[in-house]
Amino acid sequence: MIDTLRLTAKQVNDLLENGEASSDEIFAAYRAAIDERDRELNSFLHVCDDAPGEGIPIALKDVVSTNGIPTTAGSKILEGYLPVFDATVAARCKARGLRTIGKTNMDEFAMGSSTENSAYGPTRNPWDPDRVPGGSSGGSAAAVAAGLTPWALGSDTGGSIKQPAALCGVVGLRPTYGTVSRSGIVAFASSLDQIGPITKTVADCAFLYSVIAGRDPGDTTTVELSEPVEIPTAEDLQGLRIGIPKELNDNPGIEPGVGEAVNAAIELCRDLGAEVGETTLPRSVEYGLPCYYLIAPSEASSNLARYDGVRYGLRRTDGDVREMYMRTRDAGFGDEPKRRIMLGTYALSAGYYEAYYGQAQKVRTIIRDEFRTALERFDLLVSPTSPTVAFPLGAKTDNPLAMYLSDVLAIPPNMAGLPGLSIPCGLSEGLPVGLQLIGPQFSENLLFRAGHALERALAFDYVPPRLK
Amino acid sequence: MSWEPVIGLEIHVHLKTRTKMFCRCELEYFAPENSRTCPVCLAHPGTLPVPNKRAIEMTILLGHALDCEIAQHAVFHRKHYFYPDLPKGYQISQYDEPLCIDGAFTLPTAEGDVAVGIVRAHLEEDAAKNVHMGGAEGRIAGADRTLVDFNRAGTPLVEIVTGPDLHSSEHAKRFLQLLRQTVVELGISDAEMEKGSLRFDVNVSVRPEGSDELRTRTELKNMNSFNFAAKGIEREILRQIQVYESGGQVEQETMHFDPGNESAPPLRSKEEAQDYRYLPEPDLVPLEPPRDLVEELRTQLPELPGARIDRISEEIGFELAEGLVVSGRDRLFERVGGDRKAVANILMNQFAATGVDPALVDPEELSKLIMARDQVPRHVFTEALAASADPGFSAETYLGDGQITEAGDLEPLIDQVLAANPEQVELYRSGKQGLLGFFVGQVMKETEGRANPKLVNELLRQKLDA
Repeated sequence: MIDTLRLTAKQVNDLLENGEASSDEIFAAYRAAIDERDRELNSFLHVCDDAPGEGIPIALKDVVSTNGIPTTAGSKILEGYLPVFDATVAARCKARGLRTIGKTNMDEFAMGSSTENSAYGPTRNPWDPDRVPGGSSGGSAAAVAAGLTPWALGSDTGGSIKQPAALCGVVGLRPTYGTVSRSGIVAFASSLDQIGPITKTVADCAFLYSVIAGRDPGDTTTVELSEPVEIPTAEDLQGLRIGIPKELNDNPGIEPGVGEAVNAAIELCRDLGAEVGETTLPRSVEYGLPCYYLIAPSEASSNLARYDGVRYGLRRTDGDVREMYMRTRDAGFGDEPKRRIMLGTYALSAGYYEAYYGQAQKVRTIIRDEFRTALERFDLLVSPTSPTVAFPLGAKTDNPLAMYLSDVLAIPPNMAGLPGLSIPCGLSEGLPVGLQLIGPQFSENLLFRAGHALERALAFDYVPPRLK
Repeated sequence: MSWEPVIGLEIHVHLKTRTKMFCRCELEYFAPENSRTCPVCLAHPGTLPVPNKRAIEMTILLGHALDCEIAQHAVFHRKHYFYPDLPKGYQISQYDEPLCIDGAFTLPTAEGDVAVGIVRAHLEEDAAKNVHMGGAEGRIAGADRTLVDFNRAGTPLVEIVTGPDLHSSEHAKRFLQLLRQTVVELGISDAEMEKGSLRFDVNVSVRPEGSDELRTRTELKNMNSFNFAAKGIEREILRQIQVYESGGQVEQETMHFDPGNESAPPLRSKEEAQDYRYLPEPDLVPLEPPRDLVEELRTQLPELPGARIDRISEEIGFELAEGLVVSGRDRLFERVGGDRKAVANILMNQFAATGVDPALVDPEELSKLIMARDQVPRHVFTEALAASADPGFSAETYLGDGQITEAGDLEPLIDQVLAANPEQVELYRSGKQGLLGFFVGQVMKETEGRANPKLVNELLRQKLDA
């Protein structure tokens, strides 16, 4: 019996290596779990009946181009589009024998924090189907939490891995910008997009990161890792200095239950031998979100220009070429992409560029410097990943600003290009709370080490009670 | 009042790389439509650009030839507009930090050197080609449908922008010719206008003689020959003078001279000025060419056409020197002995008229022919010039009496030569057509150079291809 709800990727791999189950049996077990549980959750946009390979299954967020497998990025404008090549991360997974079990649901073009912006219906949270799983990688996080895949890849531009991992009680890593190839990833905001793992444990996360990371000649913004990825075994935090940025922990939007769970985790850091102290990031937290909402929409307005109905995807003809563009884009894009295309187009317009995009890039440098200073005194910084636990479906759909604030704590380190790990650290009102660990660039090994020690001490049960 | 024209040029040159600027599709002008495409140049979701190193090197080489500063830090930008020939909805180009800046190009003229400032030379990618079907003008407006050929999409393209430093249509034309010859000799481009691998736009304004103001300019686009450009500029200069002299103002506008070959963004009237929303290309890191590569490329610069015009002018005067250099005949000129002016004149007139490729001519034989030209009838001389690039060409054949011009006299000899060389015959027939020269040479040897080479060629082909 393959207990998909509980098995970690490592444990699945052990079953394979010990000959206790075949790759096909494992694939079939997860496939059956999808059939059984995903009708309610809607975490998959496409499920594969079979996939080559001798290894364990993996689910890929629908931004990852997969040769011959539909890739829509959650948008109607890419309905029916079949990539003719694999994204580098998909190819690397394939090369290690990982079998793509399906493509997961997401906010359209990764724009959103609840997966409600998917053109193919929202994904529901396995802990409470009346609540959102977070987003935009909500499908990947929900699928891992519900045992529909041992692990998954997500993408994170402004918190889209960390926040849904937090809301679904699983582990998510947003890697250092430049360590994972974006080649073949449907672009949202190129200077921020990163692919990363969503897993049940930190060890699985480290392993999957080792599969996908490293320089890719197809993405000139990637770099070679300075040290090999280490699968963490640490049981304590001896010798680590952990900083508590005031503004990330005292933010007025943080729910009391979230604050309590995070404070308890911080106490645990002390118990595990870490030196804990307070630090401050005044400008990063105040300006991080506004800067993000200039830079990301600007780049998005550019990246989404290619969806014009000429070469692939949706085309609405009737009238001349100008009308074809307008009809196609009007019919193909949902409200959130339209909103961001308009924001970005405005911010890049002649006469506004310097005041908006240019200014935001300058502030980004200030944010980077502020984090650098904080990370000179401390090895790691911690905070809640999300100010709230999973919120009810529909609660924020009419208020984009409230939705944007869901990422107010996850975005600042992203603006600085820093890696962030979210691990579950407890429950509030019966729903998972995520702890965000932030390190310097290329400090993934340190994040894994600290995350693993905390995970062990916290002994969080990642199986949603209602599914037991 | 007397008026001075002010002319600036923007020249686009396709680079002769093996592959495209940001993907590895091969560049092949005559390939069937859409057969040289891939997900990158079709802008499939998630595809990323990877710059072509050779294209960057070629641009730096050009930058050296234009005496530019090669930037230590250059940036690619995205230039946005919607058009079916632009697959990504933006062109990757360079904006405020181009690769080559602040150069100068010396244009030798009959009145002395003219220094033309080079504002910049930057690297970008070309768009695809739209083919508008139906409709009156081949323009997108009114067309029944538009087909797009993406073979050209992503071709590396250098844009060279001059300062407003040219002051006559004649100089503008000569500048374009000399620049074309320069890029051809650098080996970085075919620069053929018919293929679109050389295109240019002209900015024209006029001002009172002696003033240094810059008045409103108009832009002439898509002119398809240097002579056409010169005429168009001349016409525009006269029009602007007339506007001012009748008390009017010149409006800023763009004039399309070749609407059938439209490849620029549409909607260029003043009312609908384009906002390209330039954005630093986040998919590419800044371009920082290593200094040793930049210096290494500098050492590869050959003697440039402009310098050669100056040098050769001293012997034969400017007009002939410029003609020889921009037509690519000066190298032959320098290797053909004889009276300098006479040789130059023949090369620029009778020889030029034959269309013979100067690179294939044996200069020694041509020299003999030219020196003895008074001893042969005019039509024989012309015939000899036309044959001067043929394999085994010998001037002797056309000089003096004993030329063998009867097929009946040559055929037995040719049969003899073929019979004596069965292996070569076999090779020729299996496709090594280059061996024709060998057979011609053999026949010439047998006849001590007296056989009419044209006839020998004809007869040999008949027999070998039989």
